[in-house]
Amino acid sequence: MNLSPDRQREMLRQMLTIRRFEERASADYLGGKIYGVVHCYIGEEAVAVGVCSALDAQDRIISTHRGHGHTLAKGTPMRGMVAELFARSTGVCKGKGGSMHIADFSVGMLGANGVVAGGFGLVAGAALSAVQRKTDQVAVCFFGDGATNRGPFHENLNLCAIWNLPAVFVLENNRYASTTSTAETMKIKDVAIRAEGYGMPSAIVDGFDAFAVYDAVGAAVERARAGGGPTFVECKTYRARGHFIGDPERYRQKAEVEDVMNASDPIVRMQGLLGDALSPEEFEQLWSEAREEFADAVAFARSSPPPEREEAFFGAYAGDREPGNPVHAAEARERDRFMPFAPDVGSGSQGSGH
Amino acid sequence: MARTISFSDATLEAMQEEMRRDPTVFLMGEDIAKQGGIFGQFKGLPQEFGFDRVRDTPISEAALVGAGVGAALTGCRPVVDMHFADFITCAMDELVNQAAKLRYMFGEQCIVPMTLRAPDGITKSAGSQHSQALEGWFVHTPGLEVVVPADAEDAKGLLKAAIRSDNPTLYFEHKALFPQKGSVPEDADFVVPIGKAKTMRDGRDVAIVTYGITVGRAMEAASVLEADGIDAAVINLRTVWPLDFDAIVDAVARTHRVLVAHEAVQVGGVGAEIAAFIGEHCFDDLDAPVVRLGAAHVPVPFAPVLQEAMYPKAPMIVDAARRLVRREL
Repeated sequence: MNLSPDRQREMLRQMLTIRRFEERASADYLGGKIYGVVHCYIGEEAVAVGVCSALDAQDRIISTHRGHGHTLAKGTPMRGMVAELFARSTGVCKGKGGSMHIADFSVGMLGANGVVAGGFGLVAGAALSAVQRKTDQVAVCFFGDGATNRGPFHENLNLCAIWNLPAVFVLENNRYASTTSTAETMKIKDVAIRAEGYGMPSAIVDGFDAFAVYDAVGAAVERARAGGGPTFVECKTYRARGHFIGDPERYRQKAEVEDVMNASDPIVRMQGLLGDALSPEEFEQLWSEAREEFADAVAFARSSPPPEREEAFFGAYAGDREPGNPVHAAEARERDRFMPFAPDVGSGSQGSGH
Repeated sequence: MARTISFSDATLEAMQEEMRRDPTVFLMGEDIAKQGGIFGQFKGLPQEFGFDRVRDTPISEAALVGAGVGAALTGCRPVVDMHFADFITCAMDELVNQAAKLRYMFGEQCIVPMTLRAPDGITKSAGSQHSQALEGWFVHTPGLEVVVPADAEDAKGLLKAAIRSDNPTLYFEHKALFPQKGSVPEDADFVVPIGKAKTMRDGRDVAIVTYGITVGRAMEAASVLEADGIDAAVINLRTVWPLDFDAIVDAVARTHRVLVAHEAVQVGGVGAEIAAFIGEHCFDDLDAPVVRLGAAHVPVPFAPVLQEAMYPKAPMIVDAARRLVRREL
């Protein structure tokens, strides 16, 4: 591990920020302030922070439906994220994506993906693009154990391996695919052995230890940048909350969750690793910074307007806002056909569907 | 100045010119680099541009389209060859959930300038899984552009336009058209604009609104109809989304009778959308109901006699146009 005390402290700060974000997002979701579906990352913070700490600003990541942690770790400001969850026009996706489709291209975060295994192809393409454009950018794919049972996982690992593409595949093995235990969905214990089938080197790391993740991914990134091709890193971690907020969790015992978190909570783990380098006062200071950052983001989101209603009809095509563009003309015709019968959404209703 | 070249060579010229023009354009697909493509449509490209920009791939359609989207998101203009349009089904998530939606759901942070080349259509008893025309599905998917060249001129101009487009564009090229020759302008910057139809033939009795390989069949039909004293216009849509609604309105105003024809299945097809649009917007201009001709609602069969029985060619268009004009429907 080659991390200065300041960077170690920064990694802890990021983990606390993610923890705070997820605790509050869960509460606000249950309170009806956040729409759609929210998937909580608590328990897995060390993976996002360990991985993103090993990346440069111009490197790209693709995330999953459980993507808040990855997004924050890659550097997306919290205001834009909370505003997106609150479905406001100031959200990072202007209120058109929501929790499952957060993206921030300005920091190399090419999107959370609502389709399990939807990110593999995009990462292969981002890595291929770096080769075509002769840059030294690396593309990192976050995914869960469930995604490794889908076809695109296999097709894209093979493609990246044969073309020696600068990609890193980071498996967050959190033991559950949606509500089904991984033990029931595959006969192997370590998913990393699947990488061997594609001639891709792999590593298995303690996903509760951000420094261990950093080391493994750092080596993989270095290898990718040097033209050595893709690497598979399996992070053994745990999803401390349900698949989605509100999940009744009938498939596991509360005691299991308590046992894992008592033994392995990644934040407690990092406190232990930092030891005397971090005083209890400093820890409290970081916690209160995380709380303040979230409170500020919520205030920002609340004071932001929802998107204008007509925004529903724009943005699917480049050129659809430009009069004279054929896409604009055809879409305008379609709106003309639709609008006389359009539903009146009114001014106050957000249609949360709760 | 124009020359006569094959549809296949017209696509090859388009690839050459766009790859010379823009270093971020690259091509990938099965059997394209060393083999040169099943119609010879990629011959010589790797020799000029290298095997990095003309890539042979594994049979992994989901990965190809997914990687095309990823490359398009990050500064490239990939052209992905599907081998046969039927195999798009193996990459539907990548196309429908990813390519079509990312720009919208990410609040316009990105563009997806990917071109998907999809050889399609009925020819030579290729059977149910190598003969389909699937453009209707993608017209139904917001976020995608869909172009269907009818001849060599379209083949070149629409492919260049597709590659230059900032939107994901499906380019359906009928397999039976590849050897057909046609006139193509010399101009290296010749582009057929996406979203603009072309009047192939003017007429006052009936407008045959069509696209792709059926344009040639409609032209053949129009010649037969002319001998009958029926003056048929033929409108080549060229793009099926964004549709050139103005050209359709204009055709209705000039002829008052419309026949929409395509090789794709009639039910739920592009023709249905055009007929509905005309009914909604041009009702008072019509002298007769709009007639649709498309394939029967069955898979494409193998035996030539069965295959030829289930989709519209010139004689069927002639018969329908005659009855439409003579009010015998």
